[in-house]
Amino acid sequence: MKEKEEQFSFTSDNLRKAKKSIEMYPKGREGSAVMPLLYLVQEQCGWVPESAMRYVADMLHIPHIRVYEVANFYTMYNLKPVGKYLIQICRTTPCWLCNSEEVLNTFKKKLGINIGETTKDNLFTLKEVECLGACVNAPVVQINNDFYENLTPEKVENIIAELSSK
Amino acid sequence: MLKEQDKIFTNLNGKETPLLEGAKKRGSWQKTKELLDLGSEKIIEEVKKSGLRGRGGAGFSTGLKWSFMPKNTSKAYLVVNADESEPGTCKDRDISRYEPHKLLEGILLAGRAISASVAYIYIRGEFYNEYLVLKKALEEAYKENLIGKNACKSGYDLDVFIHRGAGAYICGEETAQLESIEGKKGFPRMKPPFPAGVGLFGYPTTINNVETIAMVPDILNRGGEWFASLGKPNNTGTKVFCISGHVNNPCNVEEELGISLRELIEKYAGGVRGGWDNLLAVIPGGSSVPLIPKSICDTIEMDFDSLRAAQSGLGTAAVIVMDKSTDIIAAIERLSHFYMHESCGQCTPCREGTGWMWRIMRRMVAGNIKPGEVDKLLDLTTQIEGHTICALGDAAAWPVQGLIRHFRHIIEERIVT
Repeated sequence: MKEKEEQFSFTSDNLRKAKKSIEMYPKGREGSAVMPLLYLVQEQCGWVPESAMRYVADMLHIPHIRVYEVANFYTMYNLKPVGKYLIQICRTTPCWLCNSEEVLNTFKKKLGINIGETTKDNLFTLKEVECLGACVNAPVVQINNDFYENLTPEKVENIIAELSSK
Repeated sequence: MLKEQDKIFTNLNGKETPLLEGAKKRGSWQKTKELLDLGSEKIIEEVKKSGLRGRGGAGFSTGLKWSFMPKNTSKAYLVVNADESEPGTCKDRDISRYEPHKLLEGILLAGRAISASVAYIYIRGEFYNEYLVLKKALEEAYKENLIGKNACKSGYDLDVFIHRGAGAYICGEETAQLESIEGKKGFPRMKPPFPAGVGLFGYPTTINNVETIAMVPDILNRGGEWFASLGKPNNTGTKVFCISGHVNNPCNVEEELGISLRELIEKYAGGVRGGWDNLLAVIPGGSSVPLIPKSICDTIEMDFDSLRAAQSGLGTAAVIVMDKSTDIIAAIERLSHFYMHESCGQCTPCREGTGWMWRIMRRMVAGNIKPGEVDKLLDLTTQIEGHTICALGDAAAWPVQGLIRHFRHIIEERIVT
């Protein structure tokens, strides 16, 4: 969670997982494992620091730039630290038709932050995202790995209360 | 109406366990060895006979696609597209988490058909819990020797891996998906060469949608003729429809192709909010297809050819319903924002054009345009459409074209003079 960069290395557990990920791809094509390895970095740090990108590149014997561009292209890699709970609110038409703006406004009001901001206690970061692919359960919000569906302002308040007290 | 016994996805609502024990009770993995023993040609023949068309949006004949794979190749890949990101669409999510063994058995059979030795499932990164279910199902299949070396004791070897995406709509495009599995940015490739010639890691590759693949075991078990007897000629079989937006009971439901839109919405989704007469328009096949106004919705049938004839498309069969309270310009403006955000940036017409379109659309919502700008926007869409490597440019242009085609009067009435 620290913004300041330090030398990165995988924990022994993640190193084992990384090796397993590399085995998914053919010999000589180990560079394919960039995406699963960046996920492991994110699991370990909460975000993907540049030093970790270089570490992953060196591990896979590919140029650093190959990892930089992948980390920058895909939106799920956090290139800056985020709060303990990353709240991603779907903004696309099916959710918007079902009042996703009301859900967004409730989050903003209750947390006192805008899109792209993190609460002072580092607990919540608010993000707007495009279609999450759960449209028959709109409006939908993803918090870390979990989907919260069929939301209303009341449900949002309960979710915030529940996560805050954990 | 689809009879209960003709349903393929009997656990689409997730009421029963998705895991092996339950899946076997629902009919999975029962005759797999016999089906594998049919061999490549017979499997492809049966799938051709069924008339199955790809369920991912393009609607290309699955059997024909498989037949493009070279016969004598040292290595071939099957890639299963579970990168479901088309706004409105959420069927592959439910198939992956509630019917994972239908998918895995389908992968084995499809793999046999194209002589693949490895299959990758590309699942969108946001579907983390769905990924865990799929992974668990895959572990079960390996443990029981259903997948892997000498799968189902058939003598055929197939390894299956799951590759997670990381939040890029473009990776649903088949060649962008191959790039992504190779660990690169999701930039679509120029075609030709087509993936059946030069695909993943340079080897022949077939890419199929989750729903397509998950239908294969039932087609082979019950016969191509059974599948072809459902639906309509050239639009055979069943399809999972995703009904979202202004309906009383949004849901995913499997029905025959060719069912009327009105019946689909009223029977399964509890009808349009406020009644059928409160309907304004429907996007019938995911965000990429042009909307259709109520006058067309009254009589349209939900299949590839009927919707194409109505200047729209079946796409992924994601039905987005909008009632009369909808600001239709704002609804499409949101989609324009989506395409701007998701354009990979490789081709200039799409990279620049999607942003340009969105900026005009945003002003249009406020009525802040000059009368001539409607035609300018229309002209702009035609300069993106057909001028890019992949179909994202087309997909960005069509919703705007549909809006202008059917609701030009609303756009023009709103102009602030």
